[in-house]
Amino acid sequence: MTAYLLRRLGTSVVVVLGVSIFIFFLLHAIYPSPAVDVLGPHANRVSILAWNRDHGFDDPWIVQYLHYINQLVHGNLGFSFKVNQSVAALFQERWARSAYLSGISLLFAVIIAVPLGIYQAVKRNTVGDNVVTSLAFVTYAMPVFFLALILIQVFALTFPIFNFEASQSTSVLAVMGDWHSMTLPIATLTLLSVAGFSRYMRSTAMDTLAQDYIKAARAKGLPERLVLLRHLVRNACLPMITLIGLSIPALLAGNLITETVFNYQGLGLLFYSSLGNVDYYVLLAYTLISAVLTIAGNFVADIALTVADPRIRLA
Amino acid sequence: MSNIAPPLPPLDITRGPEGGAVGSIQSGWRLALHEFSRNRLAVMGLGILAFFVVFCFIGPLFYHGNTISTSLQNTNLPPGAGHPLGTTDVGFDELALLMKGGQAALEVGFAAAAIGIGIGALWGAVSGLAGGIVDSLMMRVVDVFLSIPFLFIVLIVAVKYGASVLGLSLIIGAFTWLVPARLVRGEVLTLRVRDFVSAARTAGAGRLRLIGRHLIPNALGVIIVNVTFNVADAILAVAALGFLGFGLHYPSQDWGDMLSNGIQYMQDGFWWLVFPVGGAIVLVVMACNLIGDGLRDSLDVRLRRR
Repeated sequence: MTAYLLRRLGTSVVVVLGVSIFIFFLLHAIYPSPAVDVLGPHANRVSILAWNRDHGFDDPWIVQYLHYINQLVHGNLGFSFKVNQSVAALFQERWARSAYLSGISLLFAVIIAVPLGIYQAVKRNTVGDNVVTSLAFVTYAMPVFFLALILIQVFALTFPIFNFEASQSTSVLAVMGDWHSMTLPIATLTLLSVAGFSRYMRSTAMDTLAQDYIKAARAKGLPERLVLLRHLVRNACLPMITLIGLSIPALLAGNLITETVFNYQGLGLLFYSSLGNVDYYVLLAYTLISAVLTIAGNFVADIALTVADPRIRLA
Repeated sequence: MSNIAPPLPPLDITRGPEGGAVGSIQSGWRLALHEFSRNRLAVMGLGILAFFVVFCFIGPLFYHGNTISTSLQNTNLPPGAGHPLGTTDVGFDELALLMKGGQAALEVGFAAAAIGIGIGALWGAVSGLAGGIVDSLMMRVVDVFLSIPFLFIVLIVAVKYGASVLGLSLIIGAFTWLVPARLVRGEVLTLRVRDFVSAARTAGAGRLRLIGRHLIPNALGVIIVNVTFNVADAILAVAALGFLGFGLHYPSQDWGDMLSNGIQYMQDGFWWLVFPVGGAIVLVVMACNLIGDGLRDSLDVRLRRR
């Protein structure tokens, strides 16, 4: 187990390094230097060259990369020339808001998708199952922002129950308490994840229902309710662990668009506004962080699955 | 008594053999086609997609609406005579825009999927055939690319190069070859030890010929299924880029951009700027997913009902 973990950690580190090299190279190739953005469109060549030299942007990209990684290891994520603030400080004031939105949506998605999938598997090919499958299929084909627009139209404009803008409070506690404003963004992200999860949940629950131990549990006279609760739910949930681990890129992308639509001051909105004015270090840092989160998600899901499922033995 | 056997009754070729029909020998592809055509949802998906292709590419030949010049006396008109789907805030005709945006969405969708599948199939086939260290290296490259969230990296590149259909297709294609590469590699790993591949090798086939004539054609089922899902993903990606403002530039149009324009007028109740476009995106993407599901069911022998 330890040997496996170490090997798995080793490959993860290699992949993280590869990702950082690739992202850095790509950004460098597209935006060689932020000099013009900092000095303004009327900057002359001499001052641009001087600025590049002062900030190390005239070095070969591999030197710049090593310098950046060195800074990164020391906790410096770079500097946002647009906002005139360190990237770390920018992330610090926003990460909790994004984590709250993503985390609670993921939680709701799991709470909804698991019983829904089991219900569909137990009642397969009934009207209820078909309705849920169709709804999930349509939602799955829907762009996040269109889903958000529909929710806004119905629940904020036609029936003004909720706010069409997310909470603007800077305190995360206040954001958590503000259900009037937070329900629609959370619902958007939750529905998006449920659409992805419920398909898998339905098919794994159906596979589990066909297993012999379910038959045995029924044969010994266990009430159907207990068969489902004790034998089906726990086994059918196992693939969910992997699925949650793999859902991080989709969650981050959904987060970006949801925050943009609802004007929620999180990391996704920061990334979006940094795109427009090419805030080099913010883009670099957030892409790197999201890639690391993706890799970590896979890693943690693998470990969690071995802990949850004793049949899996790692060599 | 003669021991000559009685003559056999004349062979009736119009009547099948006793004990039920054996069925004519059909190629795998014909069987798959037959299976596909019996899948009502998949055929419906094909119908929807065909409708949108006709609507977007043939429609503009019959319906001419203004999508080029600002027309200030026609802004934000509700659907009515002359403008079946109303007009936008600069007086463009919404129905004509819908056709134009659909052209871009379909063009980018199919081009990006073709590019992605092309790179992915080659990468996977080479990797699977080579094996050993080359295989591991090539697959680590895939791991690296797969770890970068798609939307982020595509957005970063699209800010600078995403203004044209070609640019968008290349960008989206360049980051969607990873899943096909893995699938084709898996398929090649099982194919390369088969007898027909050994036979081809014995006959002196080089690696290129093995890949081009034997491995990729036999992995075609996997590839085709993946194309349809990639088209759907690419269309969603174009819509997302357009919505965020980094899609095609004027005079091209894209559906995402139209939606982000419509969102500003939702409080005014200008529904025609939002719901036709959104519905079109959902229908096209859903059609591609339906076709993909149907193809997978009909091409995968194990999933076939019989």
